Amino acid sequence: MSFPIPPGTRDVLPDEMSELRALMDGLRGWIQQAGYGEVRTPTVEYEDVLRQGDAGSAGAGWRLFDQHGNLLVLRSDMTIPIARLVGTRFADHDGPLRLCYSGQAYRSVTRGSGQLTEFLQVGAELIGVPGVEGDAEIVSLALEGLSSCGLRRHTVGLGDGALYRSLLAAFELERDDADALMGSLMRRDLVGLEARVRSAGLPNALFEVPGLRGGREVLDRAEEAMGEVAATALIELRGLYEELRERGFADQVILDLGLVHEFGYYTGAVFELYDPAVGFAIGGGGRYDQLIGRFGRPRPACGMALDVQRVHVAQAAEEKMR
Amino acid sequence: MSLTIAVPRGALFAEALALLDRLGLETNEIRSNERKLVFPDVGVITMRPSDIPSYVEHGAADVGITGRDVLAEQSERDVYELLDLGFGACRMIVAVHEDGDPLAESLRRLGRVRIATKYPRIAAAHFAETGRQAEIVEVKGSVEIAPLTGLADGIVDLVATGRTLAENRLVEREAIFASTARLIANPVAHRLKAREIDQLVRQIRALRADADPPRGGVTPLQRRDSAA
Repeated sequence: MSFPIPPGTRDVLPDEMSELRALMDGLRGWIQQAGYGEVRTPTVEYEDVLRQGDAGSAGAGWRLFDQHGNLLVLRSDMTIPIARLVGTRFADHDGPLRLCYSGQAYRSVTRGSGQLTEFLQVGAELIGVPGVEGDAEIVSLALEGLSSCGLRRHTVGLGDGALYRSLLAAFELERDDADALMGSLMRRDLVGLEARVRSAGLPNALFEVPGLRGGREVLDRAEEAMGEVAATALIELRGLYEELRERGFADQVILDLGLVHEFGYYTGAVFELYDPAVGFAIGGGGRYDQLIGRFGRPRPACGMALDVQRVHVAQAAEEKMR
Repeated sequence: MSLTIAVPRGALFAEALALLDRLGLETNEIRSNERKLVFPDVGVITMRPSDIPSYVEHGAADVGITGRDVLAEQSERDVYELLDLGFGACRMIVAVHEDGDPLAESLRRLGRVRIATKYPRIAAAHFAETGRQAEIVEVKGSVEIAPLTGLADGIVDLVATGRTLAENRLVEREAIFASTARLIANPVAHRLKAREIDQLVRQIRALRADADPPRGGVTPLQRRDSAA
């Protein structure tokens, strides 16, 4: 007789658990000593509350009913619950708020894909610090946090969540064309993207710009391709890039103008964290200046989350190399 | 930093190797070694085409070559589709037995069609989009025998020449999409090895521009939009 557990969930035994615990405590300790206070929110939220933050409930895959017939979801990310918490519990708080968390989140995955349904996150949210100053603090925190747990080869891919939309708007595309192009980019279908741009006779910049990855030269090439549009769209990204260089992260930053995030609430800088030992991003985040306003008084904010189990894989690979 | 490339054995194998030759890779060892699958010297691993998205998604290979049919069926795979390689042209179609109109007959009397296929998601999406109820029967091997034996009213399958269809007295009724080989990339490698991947894409584009006359129309894309 077998007693299965749902696909994508795990039992954790003492050897692994002690490593995970050390890693989680280390990351959280690093974030806390940077001035972030730990909070906890419920594992389940009302579906319509999450929907308030993101039309797709931030990709929530697990829904259930409570005893009154209310639709609940298992949280798929921490950012919307924390936006709710800030909007309601810190309604009158002035000045910057630094919050951090660790815990499980849930997403739906395809059976046999080798990915976890229930995954462990450690993250931080910085509320009330706008623009480059806030973004640089959060990205630095993520990069240094990963260094603090022994990673040496990790990098951050840095883009702007609003860039492609502003490009579409600047070329005054029809709604259908714009949605189709955005959809192709979200699915990482660059063949479809190029085919649509060419067949509709649209400007080449619409598929060239999202293909740009690299160092500072990427921004110059984007400005050439985009013309006047670039002036406003790239200012923040350039500023953040220079700030991160000044903080000594020059070798760890990859600019990526094709980076778009599946969650619709990102309004500015977006980033993903990579380690060469792991085929998936090991963390990510970005700026979400409109989100907290949906739960109360509007406040600029940005945040990051690390996937603890993927960081663990990178950490193990790093130790093997020594 | 160099790239690991996943190369499909089977129908796309010869042309994939021809492409690697033109890129200046040493492929003799791959050609002469049918059982060996990993060639670390040239950064090549070989496998069946439908496994390629798995290897690339997990980063076991940085880039890979596979058919659009495979990508459409495995639309949840998180990989970049970088380039249409042009070779391996074939079509995803609906075929039925040459006598009569079994799909219409089945729909009228039984309210549904029964379709045998190796591509259950593509088939389900196609019939849903065209407003017909369908029961999809997944098979792994020769799908052509399904209509002959009464397993299904028709099939959804990939055809290149149509010879196998004719030999089994099947005729094509509907075209779903045209497929060619695609170059795909792991999303992390796409950033960490941006320079190498961009260079590879540029080289292949240059080779294709030399070999092909300028392309005319563009195949309409319904790929992941429909299969999702």
